[in-house]
Amino acid sequence: MTFNVARGEILGFLGANGAGKTTIIRMLCGLLNPTSGRATVGGFDVARQSEQVKCNIGYMSQKFSLYPDLTVVENLTFFGGVYGISIPRLRERIPWALEMAGLRGREKSLTAELSGGWRQRLALGCAILHEPKIVFLDEPTSGVDPVSRRSFWELIDRLAEGGTTVFVTTHYLDEAEYCNRVMLIHAGRLIAGGSPSELKSRTFQTPILEVRSDRLIDALAALQEQPWALETAIFGDALHVRVEDEARGSELIRTTLAGLGIAVEYIGRIVPSLQDVFIDLVEHQTKESTRDS
Amino acid sequence: MTRKWLIRLRRVRPVAMKEVRQILRDRRTLTVMLGFPIFMMLLFGYALNFDVKHIPLAVLDNDQSARSRDFVESFLHSGYFDFVKPLASQQEVDQTLDGGQAQVVLVVPAGFADSLARGSNVAVQVAVDGSNSNTASTVIGYAGAIMQSYSEGLRTKALSRIGRTNVALPIDYRPRVWYNPELKSASFLIPGIIVQILLLMTVISTSLSIVREKERGTMEQLVVSPLNPLQVIVGKSVPYVVLSFIGAAVIVLCGWLLFGVPVKGSWFWLFVATSSFLAGGLGLGLFISTISGTQRMAYQLSGLLTMLPSFLLSGWIFPLRNMPLPVRIVSYVIPARYFLPILRAVIVKGVGIETFWPHMVFLVVFALVMLILSTGRLRRQMA
Repeated sequence: MTFNVARGEILGFLGANGAGKTTIIRMLCGLLNPTSGRATVGGFDVARQSEQVKCNIGYMSQKFSLYPDLTVVENLTFFGGVYGISIPRLRERIPWALEMAGLRGREKSLTAELSGGWRQRLALGCAILHEPKIVFLDEPTSGVDPVSRRSFWELIDRLAEGGTTVFVTTHYLDEAEYCNRVMLIHAGRLIAGGSPSELKSRTFQTPILEVRSDRLIDALAALQEQPWALETAIFGDALHVRVEDEARGSELIRTTLAGLGIAVEYIGRIVPSLQDVFIDLVEHQTKESTRDS
Repeated sequence: MTRKWLIRLRRVRPVAMKEVRQILRDRRTLTVMLGFPIFMMLLFGYALNFDVKHIPLAVLDNDQSARSRDFVESFLHSGYFDFVKPLASQQEVDQTLDGGQAQVVLVVPAGFADSLARGSNVAVQVAVDGSNSNTASTVIGYAGAIMQSYSEGLRTKALSRIGRTNVALPIDYRPRVWYNPELKSASFLIPGIIVQILLLMTVISTSLSIVREKERGTMEQLVVSPLNPLQVIVGKSVPYVVLSFIGAAVIVLCGWLLFGVPVKGSWFWLFVATSSFLAGGLGLGLFISTISGTQRMAYQLSGLLTMLPSFLLSGWIFPLRNMPLPVRIVSYVIPARYFLPILRAVIVKGVGIETFWPHMVFLVVFALVMLILSTGRLRRQMA
């Protein structure tokens, strides 16, 4: 897989668990040696100049990895020291990080006592205390409540506005909408990349119709047999049917189902979500790979 | 180059400081770390005692004469025996030993006084409970010595009666015990306790502190940081080495103040030997951390690899020269086997390096090999 990231960009890596997102991040951070290929981070080669790479990046792992038996300030001080931040600079950075993470007044709390959202923000604070050019966030929001997730993404946005490049993995597809650019990973391969809106329009040049009926299963069986129905799938309490043309498609669906005595409650075009894009692409990928083999 | 090294050392500081904060915060572990040596000292020092005293003694006196009573008295006056009860028959001798009321039974034959007066030989029976062979052999030794001196006394009196006053024994037996004249158990135990506790403390604390970071995922955070593995290892080790030294000082002080075993020899060599031994323990602890994935496993491995070998194969309680060859060969790679003789030499004997330098060399070599090996492994794991 080949990709470039621009400065100040938020690049999202999307994929199911085990797709290889974490492996990529770990290679870019120098935690894993690439078996083949080349990567430069911040202008330094990952394999040969890992020392310089490490000074220029911030990393927040999937698993919460601060010291639970240290206080908020002690954790910040420790990571500041590890990255060699001078004491006067640290005196400015720590209050800044506390402010950013909304942890003012909790400086002396043990990290173990913080709730999930606070811990995530503190972990981010520790990762960016030394003002790295690039930040790698591996599933930063897993296991965090929706409100905290939202405020966390706001922090990421602010970070990118300040010129930091943010590299983030997630399996929450709705979160990908916050990214400037999204990479879809499946089984270790990059299957699509682009801004969220680009991805949607590129993948679905043909419209998707939502069909509601009280006999969903029968309707699905009937429509799957029709050659003009490019794709049919159940989404919740409705069918999603991809057709060549919106007007002609809805007409065909109505007549087909009416012929079978299935009542149609609603037909309308939908705006696809990234989830639709992802499922569609993965299905194509699977089909292709079975055909290849 | 120097400048580069200065920068490197500066990065060790935050790691060490963090470790100290964690140690100080975890009061329970700290209490165990410092309380454990004291507890072991008190337990071993007071409870584990090889001095054999207050041995319960029963007497079957078939003679019932003034002479026989005098003979029995000589046993009781020795201070080693406590009189339990007089027995009436041979049957009771068996019962008393079987029931464990007495560990020794002294049987004085009928006609004891008469035979002695006639100048003929008398056989006195001492029945000893041999189920604890250690105590039994000591008891036999005491009984032999008491009888010997009683016989000497009788002979001297007899000879003086026939007019020979200047009686000299052919061999004047005067044992003198060197280094530990009172044969105090403490002098023997304290060096062994130091070995046991120091090794256990160092190995457990270092292996746990590394494995804890692996388990919690904080190790990964350190690996992506600009710290190199060596800085992490050194930073994490320093506080535990200091703690182990404090532990060692506590034991040595306890030995002196509570058990009257002062350090007779050189403090300098005591320090050097202890440092080398600690370095070896540190290496072993790091090694254990490279092969354990969980704190539980590290804990058990540490216990297994330190307690057993240094208890059994150091020659502390069980003499190595009596062990079968394969076991003796294994004992050659146990650092405790070398540290213990050094401690005995420095603390109890007060002799200098010229007597134990080969042991010293081994300790240093062991420490270096262990440290290089395990740091190498750990670095590879962390890279």
